[in-house]
Amino acid sequence: MAQMAVSEGSGSSSNAWASKLRRIRALVMKETRQIVRDPSSIAIGAVLPLILILLFGYGLSLDVKNVPIAVVMEFPTPEAVDFAAGFQLSPYFHPFMMRSMPPAQQQLLEHRVDGVLRIPADFSRHIAAGDAEVQLIVHGGDANRARIIEGYVQGIVGVWAARLASQGSAKPSQPVNVQARLWFNEANDSSYFLVPGLVVLVMTLIGGLLTAMVMAREWERGTLESMFVTPVRSDEILLGKTLPYFVLALFGFGLCVLSAKFLFHVPLRGSMWVLLGASMLYVLVALGIGLLISSWVKNQLVASQLTMLVTFMPAFMLSGFLFDLRSMPTVVRLITYALPARYYVALLQSVFLAGDVWSVIVPNTLILAAMAAALALGSRAVMHKALA
Amino acid sequence: MNSLVSCLLRILALTRKELLAVLKDPRSRMSLLVPPVVQALIFGYAATYDLNHVTYAALDQDHSAASRQLLAGLDGSGIFERVANLQRVSDISSVIDARRALLIVQIDPQFERRLQLGLGANVQLIADGRNSNTAGTAMGYVTSIVNQFNSDFGHDHGFAPAPLQIVARTWYNPNLETRWFMIPGMIGTLTLLQTLMLTAMSVAREREQGTFDQLLVTPFRPFEIMAGKALPSMVVGTIQATGVLLVAQLWFRIPFAGAYLTLFAGLLLFLLAAVGIGLLISAVAATMQQALLYSMLLIMPFSLLSGLTTPLSSMPTAVLYLTAINPLRYAIDITRRVYLEGSGLNLLVSDLWPLALIAALTLWAASWMFGTRMR
Repeated sequence: MAQMAVSEGSGSSSNAWASKLRRIRALVMKETRQIVRDPSSIAIGAVLPLILILLFGYGLSLDVKNVPIAVVMEFPTPEAVDFAAGFQLSPYFHPFMMRSMPPAQQQLLEHRVDGVLRIPADFSRHIAAGDAEVQLIVHGGDANRARIIEGYVQGIVGVWAARLASQGSAKPSQPVNVQARLWFNEANDSSYFLVPGLVVLVMTLIGGLLTAMVMAREWERGTLESMFVTPVRSDEILLGKTLPYFVLALFGFGLCVLSAKFLFHVPLRGSMWVLLGASMLYVLVALGIGLLISSWVKNQLVASQLTMLVTFMPAFMLSGFLFDLRSMPTVVRLITYALPARYYVALLQSVFLAGDVWSVIVPNTLILAAMAAALALGSRAVMHKALA
Repeated sequence: MNSLVSCLLRILALTRKELLAVLKDPRSRMSLLVPPVVQALIFGYAATYDLNHVTYAALDQDHSAASRQLLAGLDGSGIFERVANLQRVSDISSVIDARRALLIVQIDPQFERRLQLGLGANVQLIADGRNSNTAGTAMGYVTSIVNQFNSDFGHDHGFAPAPLQIVARTWYNPNLETRWFMIPGMIGTLTLLQTLMLTAMSVAREREQGTFDQLLVTPFRPFEIMAGKALPSMVVGTIQATGVLLVAQLWFRIPFAGAYLTLFAGLLLFLLAAVGIGLLISAVAATMQQALLYSMLLIMPFSLLSGLTTPLSSMPTAVLYLTAINPLRYAIDITRRVYLEGSGLNLLVSDLWPLALIAALTLWAASWMFGTRMR
């Protein structure tokens, strides 16, 4: 290797390239051997994605069904029984019939039910008079769920009132009706957007974690200094570190996509090539973040904590995977623009559910490419500075 | 008695050494004390299912006073922003596809006439379902604005009011703010991450650098070494939890309904469980990288399947059983119930005993593994 370095200065440029490639290949070989010998890297590249996608794909859901609700019928008149039947037939509710409020409220207090619906004793009399009321108390702990439950109750009440109205007069009960359609997800299945989002989380975590420890470990053990004595240059070291983990992360990505498609039946409406291209870019970005952090802090303990903090939690909370970006305050929204996960989430949700929408694909891939380039340059600069 | 005192003194000395090792390095100190507070601030704003800015495009094919009045109801709500006025149905897909608008409100040509004839008019709503939860919430907002329009219109034109009204109330969170639900849950979540990792990694580091063997030569007993590793992490965890709690109360001004003593009693038990898991990991892992991987393998499921962001009640039964070993699940329930509902310890028994069990099992297993390793 030392002879090659001497020839690099005087020899032709093609010769220099050949020796450069040889050095990178040697580094890749060394890193690959290290990965194969420590099964924990394989675990993170292949086993972790599979476990996570299975666990979360089945476990995470925002769909509200079988809501336990206490239905308090104070006096069982035919109208009240008919009205309550609407809840018993609905797949969204699991009603517990009761006769008075105090035990129902106790159930709500202990959070055994999510809501209490009270049908007052004088329900039938008021229905005849046209000014009936039912009382609904919802456990507001989980506001999102509470809102969905209120919507369901409103739906059941609306249907029942419409039926009542149609028996009486011919007039429509509502002047304006809303006819809603949900594009890209007609069945309103939350796994359609959660599973592509999970792919982002898994890739972020794997990419960052795989490389976070790599450089820090070599610094801690002092092996990086001994590497600098060799003719290997710093960008070659970086490339040699990145390539094996890149392949490993792509393998994990393949597992994620296969399970999204065949286990969770999320439609893939865009092209496979766009998906693959965008994901390769994102994996590079994620690996780059790990490399940058670990060559900056040079301490495995701090590197691991930092990587977790800047990759996993923001990708979870700030990427638009769960929470709507447009509703965040301006300062927080500005922070999200710095997050690569944000662009990858937009890409994946579009490519999976909407198809090849170029107005989404082009800007987002360009930004990811710019981030990958910036991270590569940044890691190199940090390495150089550390050397000086 | 004397041996007990000297045992305590030894644990104290180790704790002091550990705390110094963690807190003396400025980078390490910053990475432990600052992130929970910053995260609580940022995520406190970000982690909400409530929408306060919904972009929509109007496709008004009627151009009547009634259709304008309905759209004005949306524009005046303070939530909806009209980003485009479409002319043709064929324009819809490009606006939705490019994510320019979350919703399309389409009003048919005969809207006003049908309204006045009492035939019932239709408003078509098309939503971008790429995040179906957001879309559903936005459609709910539109529906309630249309309902308001209906009751105004009915009132003006002598329609009978709907025969059945719902009087809805919400307990514990009257304004239905997700933030009230999220931020107390974060006390446990943000703490777990670093407490568990700190414990797992600090033992793994000693082992990787060979200082663990030196520690074993000293008169410390394995139990004391473990306690010396566990206590500093718990101290750090308690500081972090207090930081998040302060953000919740002082910054977000979420009223604290319970007792601090109850909350910290629950948190202490939770931290003990987290540290126990961390120690167990470090007993298994040979290097820091392995310790990190195993921690991640647990932290990610713990934090996603904890009920913080998606409700436990929506999980399939099999996964729900799996969450029984998740200490964060109990911690989030405890913090939420103490914080929002003011529950006392007697109502929290169902959360406390699993935490105690997890702590006892993991600590016992870790000490057993350390013990056998030494012999």
